[in-house]
Amino acid sequence: MKFLLRRIGFYLVALFVAITVNFFIPRLMPGNVVESLMSKYPTLKPQAQHALEILLGIGHNGSLISQYFTYLHQLATGNLGIDPLQFPTPVISIIKAALPWTLVLVGTATVIAWVLGTLLGIFAAWRRGGFLDQILPGLSFIQATPYFFLALVLVWVLSIHFHLFPSQQGFSNGLSIGWNGQFILSALDHAILPALTIVVTSMAGWMLQMRNVMITTIGEDYVLAAQAKGLANRRVIFSYAARNAILPSLSGFALALGFVVSGTLLMEIVFNYPGIGTQLYTAVTSNDYPLTQAIFLVISVTVLVANIVADVIYVVSDPRARSKGE
Amino acid sequence: MWSQTQELEAKESRGPVRIVARATQMRRSFSSQNTKVKVGIILTLIFVAVAIFGPILAPYDPSAQSAAQGASVAAPSASHLFGTDQLGRDIFSQVLVGTRTTLLLGILTGLIATALSVLVGVTSAYIGGLGDELLSLVSNIFLVFPALPFLIVVLGAFPKSGESAMILLLAFLGWPWGARVIRAQTLSLRNRDFITAARESGESNFRIIIFELLPNELSLIAASFVGTVLYAIGASVGLDFLGVGNTTTWSLGTILYWAQNGNALQLGAWWWFAIPGVIIALIGTGLVLLNFGLDEIGNPRLRDSNSSIKVGGRRVRPSDPTPVLIGEAAGFVAKSKSHKGWRSSQASTDETTGETGEKLGDSVSLVATIAGSNGELRSDDAMGSGDNLIKSSIEADAHGSTSERKGA
Repeated sequence: MKFLLRRIGFYLVALFVAITVNFFIPRLMPGNVVESLMSKYPTLKPQAQHALEILLGIGHNGSLISQYFTYLHQLATGNLGIDPLQFPTPVISIIKAALPWTLVLVGTATVIAWVLGTLLGIFAAWRRGGFLDQILPGLSFIQATPYFFLALVLVWVLSIHFHLFPSQQGFSNGLSIGWNGQFILSALDHAILPALTIVVTSMAGWMLQMRNVMITTIGEDYVLAAQAKGLANRRVIFSYAARNAILPSLSGFALALGFVVSGTLLMEIVFNYPGIGTQLYTAVTSNDYPLTQAIFLVISVTVLVANIVADVIYVVSDPRARSKGE
Repeated sequence: MWSQTQELEAKESRGPVRIVARATQMRRSFSSQNTKVKVGIILTLIFVAVAIFGPILAPYDPSAQSAAQGASVAAPSASHLFGTDQLGRDIFSQVLVGTRTTLLLGILTGLIATALSVLVGVTSAYIGGLGDELLSLVSNIFLVFPALPFLIVVLGAFPKSGESAMILLLAFLGWPWGARVIRAQTLSLRNRDFITAARESGESNFRIIIFELLPNELSLIAASFVGTVLYAIGASVGLDFLGVGNTTTWSLGTILYWAQNGNALQLGAWWWFAIPGVIIALIGTGLVLLNFGLDEIGNPRLRDSNSSIKVGGRRVRPSDPTPVLIGEAAGFVAKSKSHKGWRSSQASTDETTGETGEKLGDSVSLVATIAGSNGELRSDDAMGSGDNLIKSSIEADAHGSTSERKGA
């Protein structure tokens, strides 16, 4: 319980930091949206500047502290402002449209990669010097490959060369988003290459981690005892060794998630996938500060939530974490 | 535990046992079967050499456009080893120059970030209490902070910020991983007897940290440095690929940025993106493999993946139950390769932390003693006579007790 309370306290502080950093991002940036809007539409008269500021709700009036509280109030009410470049769409609806794409794709692919990698790691550790151990240098190569580079290679080989999968977008043009078979099939078809990128690149890392922890666990006395009792190998592997070896992998899951999210941002851009990464890139390159700011906040909060989930799983699976804290 | 070994050496007699063990240990480290680490060292050295000499060797100015008007992508040929881009610029030269930029950025970031890690990690563990809590809190917040999106946002807003800004930001965001590991190691070291002894003898905290603590954490610090370099290279390449870095200087990421912008994929110009990409992956592979080696210094159980031995004609892996040999012909047959493996894990006792070393030391000495007393040890290892093995079993015992003392 103490452990959970400590963690909750930590997440509150982390959330506060994320929100505060986010508050300062547009204030430290050179120029502002209105200026970029004015240069985008030269027909706007200089007098329009003030009107635009009021319209978009981005006039920085009052002291920094009062601005901060206004900002907190807006966040609490889910008001992230109006996007100036796709006027008058509220920023939140752009995010609502993009987030599910990323969450479903990255979530599914990460879980697949984790399960596969962990299983392979278990077997690599059990059969030291076996086939799986021989390919370790190859795995390091894959692990060292940037996500976006693997994405480029996959597009080039499987999409441009063999025409197996579509290389761009999240679904075929002309389809409308909805729960119909045609759309879902198209979305799946478009998701295969991006998912493959995530699975291949992140799996190697999980496998190496699991292998290393598992090797240490196999050397423990209780594993020896289990074998001495004459238990089947299967049972020894999964119920004795892997069960304990998986704990660091679970707690590492949360930390590694940051890397996965970062990697997938770049990968999305290669595939022009309609997720958060592509939106962030478009927003940054077009100086769309309200959208940039909102997306950054969403990413921070998502990573925090994923960490909380990983923590809960960790506490549930490790009795030691429950009884005496970290 | 380097300094500790040295201490031990100074205190204990320099008898023949110690010398023999030293000799075998030396021989082992040179004839190490660990190809992974070798490959890692070689790869890293190659790319460091490329980074140093590359720009001098570059046959063309990487930004020089081909004289021919309307020049376009050209496949690798004798005059352009890695082909050219759509402006007729030589990709081989771009790679040679870009490797220096990318590697230098990685190394500088690694140095700054590792210095921060050591500073925060050691301080945190050493002062303990509220200060430790606060520093750990800060590290943990940095750990969950989405660094890459933040860098995209910040660098995207300041397009002319250049490399030094990127290095500083990457280092500023990249230190907590190392700090965490170093803090944990310092915590386990600071209550050991040799630290207490140093404190009792009136050494200053500063001196204890520099001369007693840090030497014992060198492999960990090195691993954290290599890890940070890896992270910095990955992040900088990604940022350059997006074009939020400095697109006017050549780095491996910038080449990929131009390849993506020049539609290399659609033009079928595989050399334009595949070559720099593979080079990035190879640099990364070198560093990952190097880190395997450093990990293995810290955790001896990870060593010698081929350490299965043959007992009574059966292959026995370390994970298998201890074989029971029946009958009078139960000679202990150890192949030279495998028993090297066993010994190397035994020799590790002087580098490892308490528990692990103790157990390994015990089990190995047990095996060695049985083998020795049987007097039937057969080995094709030139120097690995039974005599030697018994001596190393004494060594292992000595180390076992050392680690016990350490662990207490």
